[in-house]
Formats: sequence, structure tokens, C-alpha cells
Amino acid sequence: MTNATASGRERVNYLNAGYGVRSWLLTTDHKRIAILYLIGVTVFFAIGGLAAALIRLELLTPAGDVFQAETYNKIFTTHGVMMIFFFMIRGIPAVLGNFLVPLMIGAKDLAFPRLNLLSWYLYIIGGLIALWAVVHGGVDTGWTFYTPYSTVYSNGWVVVTAVGIFLAGFSSILTGLNFLVTIHTMRAPGMTWMRMPLFCWGMYATAIIQILGTPVIAITVLLVAAERLFHLGIFDPAQGGDPVLFQHLFWFYSHPAVYIMILPAMAVISELVTAFARKPIFGYKFIAGSSVAIAVLSFLVWGHHMFVSGQSVYAGLIFSILSFMVAIPSAIKVFNWTATLYKGSISYQTPLLYAIGFIGLFTFGGLTGLMLATLGLGIHVHDTYFIVAHFHYIMVGGTIMAYLGGLHYWWPKISGKMYPEYWSRVSAWVIFIGFNLTFFPQFIAGYLGMPRRYHAYPEEFQVLNVMSTSGASILGIGYLIPLVYFFWSMRYGKDAVDNPWGATGLEWQTPSPPPTENFPETPVVTGKPYDYVTAREEVAVG
Amino acid sequence: MRRNESDDTHGHGSPGAYFAVFTALMVLTAVTLWAAYQHLGIWNTPLALAIAAAKAVMVALIFMHLRSSPKLTAIVVATSIVFLAFLILITLSDYLTRPWLPIYGR
Amino acid sequence: MAEGSHAAAHDAHDAPRELRHHFVDMEAQQEASALGMWIFLVTEVLFFGGMFTAYVIYRASYTRAFEGASNLLDLKLGAFNTAVLILSSLTMALAVWAGQQGKKNLIVLFLTATILLGGTFLGVKVIEYKQKFVHHEVPGPHFVVPEGLPRQSEMFFSLYFCMTGLHALHMVIGIGLLLWLIARARRGDFTPRYNTPVDMVGLYWHFVDIVWIFLFPLLYLLGRHTL
Repeated sequence: MTNATASGRERVNYLNAGYGVRSWLLTTDHKRIAILYLIGVTVFFAIGGLAAALIRLELLTPAGDVFQAETYNKIFTTHGVMMIFFFMIRGIPAVLGNFLVPLMIGAKDLAFPRLNLLSWYLYIIGGLIALWAVVHGGVDTGWTFYTPYSTVYSNGWVVVTAVGIFLAGFSSILTGLNFLVTIHTMRAPGMTWMRMPLFCWGMYATAIIQILGTPVIAITVLLVAAERLFHLGIFDPAQGGDPVLFQHLFWFYSHPAVYIMILPAMAVISELVTAFARKPIFGYKFIAGSSVAIAVLSFLVWGHHMFVSGQSVYAGLIFSILSFMVAIPSAIKVFNWTATLYKGSISYQTPLLYAIGFIGLFTFGGLTGLMLATLGLGIHVHDTYFIVAHFHYIMVGGTIMAYLGGLHYWWPKISGKMYPEYWSRVSAWVIFIGFNLTFFPQFIAGYLGMPRRYHAYPEEFQVLNVMSTSGASILGIGYLIPLVYFFWSMRYGKDAVDNPWGATGLEWQTPSPPPTENFPETPVVTGKPYDYVTAREEVAVG
Repeated sequence: MRRNESDDTHGHGSPGAYFAVFTALMVLTAVTLWAAYQHLGIWNTPLALAIAAAKAVMVALIFMHLRSSPKLTAIVVATSIVFLAFLILITLSDYLTRPWLPIYGR
Repeated sequence: MAEGSHAAAHDAHDAPRELRHHFVDMEAQQEASALGMWIFLVTEVLFFGGMFTAYVIYRASYTRAFEGASNLLDLKLGAFNTAVLILSSLTMALAVWAGQQGKKNLIVLFLTATILLGGTFLGVKVIEYKQKFVHHEVPGPHFVVPEGLPRQSEMFFSLYFCMTGLHALHMVIGIGLLLWLIARARRGDFTPRYNTPVDMVGLYWHFVDIVWIFLFPLLYLLGRHTL
């Protein structure tokens, strides 16, 4: 059944249930809010991507000949702030999570639809404020805002940017709060915790981190603002303050934050591998449990960002050991996904291409993370391009590929249309090749000593940088192609059926796209999750 | 997760209980004021914190109806305290162990 | 699949007007609201917690400076404010109780009392802050290190202003919420069947009280034993 009824008129769904700007800007429908977030994150991703292009442009040549050093500092700060606070942290939870969580648990909406809309407005306003700072001269502290530079010496728009980040953080908290309450109290009858899709487990674990960690960065940026505006010198050495205390407070959030960025991606991958191997997921309980384990352990390792800060060596030792331990639940997931694919009935559709790319690139990036957790080696490569390459393998090779995989997988449900399979596979490969060409050379350059956040570098690193910039150009093209064909598909794409993948899950029991109220009657869940044997029988019969 | 209480509000305290807690809070405030002036050595701070914690527990249990709330609520509250403890104690451990190694010019 | 929706729509006409359509019944809605508010309070614990962390670190590092600077705070005003806030928690709890009884006039009475007490607290804080300005105890270019104290006493005052300032901001927001509640109460919005907003604001108000319960000994009392 597609979106056209027997009489040929379009069935009422959440997209056409009300036209006009007001019906979108005042919506409380979680699916429309997800679309609003989709627009927002895409815009901020483009801005962050533009900043990345400027960085790679400068780094084509060893001399700092395109930008002055201070300007370059502002560019990489913009890149970091935009990408982290306005794309990565929000991306999968706010777009896919908002759209899917109520559908997957059989609910009509999230617990607090109006708070959901408020979270979007806070996000947009925060982003516009941060953008205002960029346009009016920017901030040159790096996204990490280390004191005392950010509090005393920087002449950029630190306080304005801090306000933008504060609002984005509050937005993130509201989303997390909504997901926690929704998952706890609004699951359909029969949907026990152990029958819930693993995507929801991932959103739940992410929400735990959002609730516990984000307030600490919120107070930290407020304290930076308080020091700049009111001389309340919490981090000011002149008053006895310790700049390293800023780093403790900052990284207490910002390390778990990277798990806010990866847990949703892992949640998507769990759904993709099972759907395209057409097999129940291997180790459901381990994947669910490891998500929560990651959420908890992620709060205990932040000092591995501070090995060279002057923090106590003993603290460094403990943080190093704990950082090794936090890799274990992630590895458990990789084993379970691989076991799910093993002897599955594999269908190499585009979402699975992204999922396989994720598993490979995330594992590779994760292994380099273990190298960084090793105290001696971490100190050696601190502030080099090795670090830059490590986190881009996880965030771009990992999260962004999962995000794209999820977007493709659920696009028929979201839009009621199919994307073009040929071009989607082309772009997946272009992205994979472009990504590796961009970031693998950075591992080598960093290990050989090229520092990060410098607009000039010694000549011996030029070849690697030229490779990296070439890769970045290819990667940029790779990202543009889906942008084009997703838009194209909304007008010219093939109409999607309810369940184009033959996948399990309540979201596939609704029409594509779903009606505003999701389920006319609350579904009752009786079977196991990912029950592909039964699903295959149903498809064979029906 | 439905509760089987006869009334349809989640926690009904009685004004009597509230007045009792109020009295206890005022008494404990007086106690902590008095204790602050006593020379108890290193025990001044733990005592003050213990009294504050007792007051907080009473406010949470009775005024905030925690004792008649679902168990999940108590888990939520406990989680916040545990993670705040992580933040404070692990950060403090950095500062306390810095002097252990005679390096960096100390 | 579409037929069931008509029956559900008819049921909706019998549902209480306060029931939001995505909840099964009022109990589910109330349960979700309460859980949501408690989770929000968790974020507030960590929010204030960042400053408590700074307090712990610096007090451990500069104990003498902190003890001496703390003794410069006006203990009478601090203790008075503590009593005022505890009393306001009582009146707030009674307002919630009145809400559960659906007694409109009592709700308004107790909410008003809470606002007056909260306002008193803030008024006293204004007096205290003004005193600091006069005595050059405000960090920054006009700060004068108090006689006999190390210069890190300025850090104590930075923390004092940050922590009590953020607390006071929360009180102002709380008073705003209470005014909103009074408006709704006078409209007759709160019945024994539906009084969740009063309950939720109550949770928030009690939390702000708990923060002060810790701030008071940590800021005002930590050095008294040296006197």
C-alpha cells in the first residue's frame, strides 16, 4: 500500500495534514519536529563543512599563506563548535530519534510534545547566536575554550558563543528528558524492555548521558562568561584559580559527549545489520546492556584528554586504565553485529553499505583510541594530527556514515518515497573513498609529529596534506549527492510501500509516511524483537 | 507501572507531617549554627554536611513525596548523587595526588 | 486498521479536558510529568554540582582564606534567610496539599505566602550584596583583600557570588512560576483530579530550598569554629 488511495487522492499523513508555515513552526508532532531538526542540522553541517573546506585549503601548502594565524584559529573553532554542538550531538537523536522512538514503541507521540518543539527553538536560537558570533569576527579559542585564554586573553566573541552553546545544551537536555520519560512510561502493551528495538535502547543510553553530563558544560560555560563579564575568577590564577579545573569540568561533559555522538550511531547500526541480514540480532541483551555500560563508564575517563595538562600522574594512570575498560562494551557490539551478519541472508542495499563501512571504520578508529588511552603514547601524540584523525574516524567514518545509513533506511517511512538506489550506492562509495583519503594520511602526519591547530607546517608533511585535501574534496562531493537526490526523490521518487525492506518493527506497520497520530489503535506486542523467521513466513504468505 | 493508591494523586502528605518536618528543619538549623562554633577539629565539616544531608533527606522524602513515589524516582535521585560524587571525588583525587610525585618543580 | 480510530475519538470526548491526547489516561500523564520533573531536577543537581566541585577544590587548597572570608559574611542575615526559605517550603507543601483538596482559596493563600517569603529571601540577598560592594568584597578591580587574609579570599567571594547568584536566579524563576500558578488557581484550574502543575512547581521549589540547605553551612558556617 502506497500513499495513494484507491480513488487516486493522496491519503492524509503527517506531511500533508496541515499546510503553511504556522502548521510547521507551531507543530507538536514529533515527526514534523524531526523534519525541522533535519533542516537545522543540515544547515549547520554545511556551515561546519565550509569551515572544514577552508582549513583544508590552507593546509594544501606548508606556508600559512591563505589566512592569518588568528583567522585560521577562528575557522577551526567555527568548524568544531558548529559540527559538535549543532550537528553531531543533535543529529541522530533529534532527527531519527524524534521521528522513530514513538513509532517504535507504539506511542502516539513523545511524552512532552511541547517541550520537544521548545527544544527545537532553543537549538535554532542557540545556533543563530553562535552564528552571529562567527559572522562578527568569531572566536579563536578552539571549541575547547581552555582558560585562561578564553577568560582573560581572547578578544573574540567568547560570551556570545558560550550563550549559543548553553542554549544548544539546554535543547539537548530537553530531548534526552523526553526520551527517558517516553521510553519508561509510554511503551505499548506487551513491549517489555527486552522486546524494545535496540535503537530505542541506544536513545535511552544517550539520554542518560545528556541528562547527567550536559548540565556540567552548561555551568562551565556560564562560569567562563561570569569571569569575562563580572571578574568572578573561578579559573583566574590571580585569584587563586586553577585553569586545569576548567579542563576537569569541561571534559567531564565533553568526554561523555562523544558517546552522545556514537551511541545513537550504534543504535542505528543495530537496526541496519539485522534488517539486511534478515536475521534476529545476535546478542540482543549484550547490545542493550553494553549501551548502558558505555553510558555509565563514559563518565569515568575524562582525564585522558588531560594527560599533559599538569594533572596528577596518578590520576592519569587511573584514567588510562578506565579508558581501556570503556572500549570493551563497544567491542562487544562490533562482535555482535558481525555475528548477526554471519550466515545471514545479506542484501547489499545502500543502508547496509553504510553499516559495513561503519563497522570497519569505527573499529579502526576505536583501536587508535586504545593507542591514545595508553598513557605514554597518548602523551607523545597529544595535540597532533593523530588525535584529529582518530576522532574523525569515529565521528565521520562512524557516526556520519551511520546517520546516512539510517536516513536512507528510514527515508521511505519519513518521506513516503524511495531514493534512487544507483546514485545512493555511488555516493556511499564516493564518501567511503573520500573519507579514507582525507583522514588516513592524518594518522601518519600526526604520528610523525605534525601538530594540530597550526595554519603552517614543516614542508615534509605537504604530500600527506595534499592527499588529505584531495580526499576532503571528494568527500564533499560525496555528501552533496544525497542532498540532491533526497530532494529529487520528494518530487520524483518512486512511492514507497509500508515496509519496503520487509523489516520487523512497529514503525514498519504504519503507512509510509505515517499519519499524524501514528497508530489509530495502540498496538499490542506479543512477539520477540527482530523475529525474522515469522516475518519471512508472513511475506511468503501475504 | 501503575500504582494502586486509593487517591488519584501520587502522594498525599498530611499537614501534620509537614509541620513536623518544618519543626525538625528549624531545630537542625539551630543545631548546625551551634555546632559551627564548637571546636571539633576535622569533624566540623562532616558534621555540618551530615546535618545538611539529613535536612535534605527530610525535604525530599516528605515535602517532595519521595517516600510515596515510585521506586524509579528514588533511583533517579540516587543516580544524580552518584554521578555528582564521581565529578567531585575524581576531580579532587587529581588535586590531592599532585604532591605525591616530586616533579614539576614542586 | 482505520476503523478503530472512530471509537477512540468518541472516547476522547469523555476524557478530562486536561488529558493530552498522547496519554492513555490521567494517571499516565501525571506519572510522566512527575518523572520528567525529577529528571529535570537531576540536571539541576549536576548544574549546581559543577560549582560545588570548584568549591571543594578551592576550599581544600585555600582553607585559611576561605575560613576567614566566610566569617566576613553576615551570619544573622544568612540564618534568617535559611529560616525564611524553610518556612517557604512548608507553605509550598501546604499549597500542594490544598491543590489536592481542590480548595482554591487555600491554594492561592499558600502560594502567596510562598511568594512573599521568597521575595523576603531575595530582599535580604540584595542587602547582603550591597554590603559586599560597600566593603570592597566584590571580586574584580575594586576588590580589596580583607585585612589579615590571604589574597585567595577573593576566590571565596567569587564562588559566593556565583553560587548564591545562580540560586537567587532560580528563586526568581520560581516566583515567576508561582505567580503563574496563582493565576491558574484563581481560574479554578486545580481540582482533586488535576493539580499536577502545583505539584511540579512544588518539587522545583523544594529543590531550590535543598540547594540553600547546603549553601548555608558551606558558605556561612565553615570558618566559625576558628573564632
